[in-house]
Amino acid sequence: MIELGTQSDIKLINEEGLRIDGRKFNELRPIKIEVGVLNRADGSAYIEWGGNKVLVAVYGPREAFPKHTQNPSRAIINARYNMAAFSVDDRKRPGPDRRAVEISKVIGEALECAVFTEQFPRTSIDVYIEVLQADAGTRVAGLTAASVALVDAGIPMRDMVVGCAAGKVDGKVVLDLNKEEDNFGQADLPMAIIPRTQEIVLLQMDGNMTREELEEAVELSKKATMYISDLQKEALLAKYKSQEQEKEGEHGE
Amino acid sequence: MYLDIERKIVLPGEEISLEGMKQGNGIYHDNGKYYSYQMGVIQTYNSYANIIPLSGKYYPVRNDRIIGKVIDIAPSFWIMDIRGPYPGFLHINDTPWKNLDQDLNKILGVGDTVFLKVNEITESRQIWLSLKDAGLRKLEGGHIVMVQPTKVSRIIGKGGSMVNTIKEITGVKIQLGQNGVVWLDGTADKVMVVRNILKYIEKEAHTSGLTDRVKKILEESR
Repeated sequence: MIELGTQSDIKLINEEGLRIDGRKFNELRPIKIEVGVLNRADGSAYIEWGGNKVLVAVYGPREAFPKHTQNPSRAIINARYNMAAFSVDDRKRPGPDRRAVEISKVIGEALECAVFTEQFPRTSIDVYIEVLQADAGTRVAGLTAASVALVDAGIPMRDMVVGCAAGKVDGKVVLDLNKEEDNFGQADLPMAIIPRTQEIVLLQMDGNMTREELEEAVELSKKATMYISDLQKEALLAKYKSQEQEKEGEHGE
Repeated sequence: MYLDIERKIVLPGEEISLEGMKQGNGIYHDNGKYYSYQMGVIQTYNSYANIIPLSGKYYPVRNDRIIGKVIDIAPSFWIMDIRGPYPGFLHINDTPWKNLDQDLNKILGVGDTVFLKVNEITESRQIWLSLKDAGLRKLEGGHIVMVQPTKVSRIIGKGGSMVNTIKEITGVKIQLGQNGVVWLDGTADKVMVVRNILKYIEKEAHTSGLTDRVKKILEESR
């Protein structure tokens, strides 16, 4: 495995300033969100973000088990980030590892900032994030889909959490790293915000950046999250709009 | 009267202009502004603006009439699944049965369905149920259909118009639980018709003029 920031002679940005997949420094990979893809779950969402494919199911609020995990004043958010064995090139050993446990924790805490947990004491809201295919930036893709699934489950929220990553590649700050840029770049900075208040609810950094570069990356991500936030809203409305259009076709009220 | 604005779907975090209305369900305020906290449609009722959610669990309210299923039995009460975040408790004193020495299992066993009401919700969110009211009973025979709890008011319709239409046209006995459990009794083919129409209402709940459309479909299938 090649460590992050490893020196290599691969050129990640060419003379015209384009990246290896042809994007500009401030360009996102294509994103597609679908809502209500699972029938058994209370809420669900599926996101395709470049090469990432992530499925999210939400259950609850329901009684928290085991009982000692219950909080008498609010609900607990039980997020589980899991990568499928076939999600990466080499088979990933199934089960939670150190990385998955950490990501589950930060995603759960980010969602907790948006959900009105105090409305449901002693319950748990379970969020299952299954990464089917990974291509860098799965935690922000999972988090973005998770907040859509929470809305689909009818859980009271201040706003929808939305995530995006930025990073440093070939000495330049770029938005939304792909796998090659993540592996051979100098830094990766996933973050998530609550769009209405611009509050940052998740911020991690892997690698090295100067203070100025960090600020630039945060600004880049913030701008992108506003766009992704619109995609989330569109996806949620689409679930009900498709039915409305059928109706208009038949009856024209 | 349904105004256009009343059927618009709002999302969490969306700003709501109350226009002189009072803050009702599904709305929170922050920095002097009002925002929705659920996905739903805005409806006004008694000068309150409410957000009627499009999805979600059943949240019990006192005196709601619901259908519960026995999941466990304790020494003097039954523990019921009421499709909410918390289980409901039905104490033997809140039932018409008086044989206290008798095994509770002989009166209501695990898996039995009961039409009951929410008697009391304590501060620690314990839900106490009751069978002591007109029309409340153990449901025997029949079929159970689950719908989304948030769509039940749409199935009832204004003053019961929707559910009465369905009952009249199909002749199926219907017992509606506020928690989204519907008990049906009738011939198998009629029950299937009602089941399909309930699913249709659930899907189209946020649109207007539904009762007339349902009537048309039912009359066609007769």
